[in-house]
Amino acid sequence: MKLTLGLLLSLTAFFASPAYAASSKVALDNVELDLSDKASLQRGAKIFMNYCLSCHSASYMRYNRMGKDLGLSDKQVKESLMFASDKVGDTMTVAMRPEDAKKWFGVVPPDLSVISRARGTDWLYTYLRSYYLDTDKPLGTNNLVFTDVGMPHVLWQEQGYLRKDSDNQLHALTGDQEMAFEYSMMIRDLVNFMAYIGEPSKIERLALGKWVLLYLVLFFFVAYPLKKAFWEDVH
Amino acid sequence: MRLLEWVDARFPASKLWNEHLAHYYAPKNFNFWYFFGALALLILALQIVTGIFLTMHYKPDTELAFASVEYIMRDVEWGWLIRYLHSTGASAFFVVIYLHMFRGLLYGSYKKPRELVWIFGMLIYLALMAEAFMGYLLPWGQMSYWGAQVIISLFGAIPYIGEGLALWIRGDFVVADATLNRFFAFHVIAVPLVLLGLVVAHIIALHEVGSNNPDGVEIKQVKDDEGIPVDGIAFHPYYSVKDLVGVIVFLFIFSIILFYMPEMGGWFLEKDNFIPADPLKTPEHIVPLWYFTPFYAILRAVPDKLFGVIAMGGAIFVLFLIPWLDRSPVKSIRYRGPLFKVALTIFTMSFLALGYLGTQPATGLYTLMAQVFSILYFSFFLFMPLYTAIDKDKPVPHRVT
Repeated sequence: MKLTLGLLLSLTAFFASPAYAASSKVALDNVELDLSDKASLQRGAKIFMNYCLSCHSASYMRYNRMGKDLGLSDKQVKESLMFASDKVGDTMTVAMRPEDAKKWFGVVPPDLSVISRARGTDWLYTYLRSYYLDTDKPLGTNNLVFTDVGMPHVLWQEQGYLRKDSDNQLHALTGDQEMAFEYSMMIRDLVNFMAYIGEPSKIERLALGKWVLLYLVLFFFVAYPLKKAFWEDVH
Repeated sequence: MRLLEWVDARFPASKLWNEHLAHYYAPKNFNFWYFFGALALLILALQIVTGIFLTMHYKPDTELAFASVEYIMRDVEWGWLIRYLHSTGASAFFVVIYLHMFRGLLYGSYKKPRELVWIFGMLIYLALMAEAFMGYLLPWGQMSYWGAQVIISLFGAIPYIGEGLALWIRGDFVVADATLNRFFAFHVIAVPLVLLGLVVAHIIALHEVGSNNPDGVEIKQVKDDEGIPVDGIAFHPYYSVKDLVGVIVFLFIFSIILFYMPEMGGWFLEKDNFIPADPLKTPEHIVPLWYFTPFYAILRAVPDKLFGVIAMGGAIFVLFLIPWLDRSPVKSIRYRGPLFKVALTIFTMSFLALGYLGTQPATGLYTLMAQVFSILYFSFFLFMPLYTAIDKDKPVPHRVT
């Protein structure tokens, strides 16, 4: 029994440690997300459609699926969130041609459907808040988390500009505390939405899980006495 | 019952049922470690059924594969559940198989007359590794691609024929569409057929000689007037109801992972595999799946590539030889002397340590540690004929305790 316990403990310890050390040298800010917060997801969707979807696609995600999960009718989706296509059953593709994108940004902007699962939500949250002015770069900005990134600071109107000091700390050049806070809240909504499109079925998965576990517990209380009863005559 | 009689006159339905379940007498003293065989069978069935449904929607084409997996996750009814059952099932399979094999080591289940049970089991383990390796290419993510690239390139280390062999396996100069297509064929039909055949052979061999038990006593040596082992109980209903409890406990743990942490912190579904395969961009760390890492650590511990491959192959092959390396007359660890207990402890710790080191970068201290643990791993087998022969074993009881 001691051996069993030891083995299980070491297995648990093994799986509890993260598979990868963070490759970025910058400490990532932790973001608390809530997929059940529909208002946040709706705000995030709006930012995503307005800013991200002009260059990035999310080509595994369908508009009407998003509408259903976010509590929006097809009509609402069509009127307020669809700019790139006109059928609610379409996936979120982008009009920009890859060869043009390559010419303008040096790389084709990646599809964002599962980016939250590849990069992690803390990374996205920190990355989108870590742009700073860098006159050496062709687009005038650089990023602390993703050095020499091809993407410009698309959201500069919302955040204002930051500069980097000699200890790699970012400071606001424009705007005040309140603006910085509001920008962080806005990015949280956006990352929440990106986490949602990374795995739309997660809402359903979490909801179903407790019922499955409850069923198994009830089943156990049938199966265990059954075993006991059958084994009564075994000595 | 008339129908059963009709069938029995033409097909041994009752005979098979009785031989393998109702009149198959298993020792009455099975403990915790004896759940994992039945659980492995459960997972095999789970993988086959979920696999069939995944095959209905998956597309083995480099242009479509990644998107088809996301299509399953989003647009297919219950697709996410089927896919997570399959991906979590793959890791669960190895957890269960490793515990099942460890049980064999603890109680000497490989010893005479069960050598072939062990050999068939080892072949199942080999087939399972091939199955998992080829299955992992199918989502066509970065880790799928680069993992396959690294492992296949190992064949290139073989002198003279190596490069040609690697080319033949891939069907192209790099891992490409041809590779994906053939891996799909192997994963969904060729290897599963072999696996099923081996599982049948494993069980037939086991039922021929009878199950071992935590005391390592042969229950067939003490039988009652009707020829039934005194310490045996019918598998059905005794162990079918007991295993049912084990299945529920297993499914409870399995469901917690499946519903609340299907990525298992990157161990079951790796982060980089959510980026489509890109032959031009090597990921920062190429780490094999957790169940291969002990052998990967041994491979990297050897400075020479060819000898590394030989050491890795040898680490698996040497397991086949255990029934003949072990010279002790005693099966169960309960009655073994201190030498075997120490050796098994060191071996188990080395295997776990190598598993951990296989996930870490091979630099400096880590490489040295991997070398030390590799030597300890092989020492368990190399010196086994010696320490099992001179060990101070205890007397084995006549009947199970």
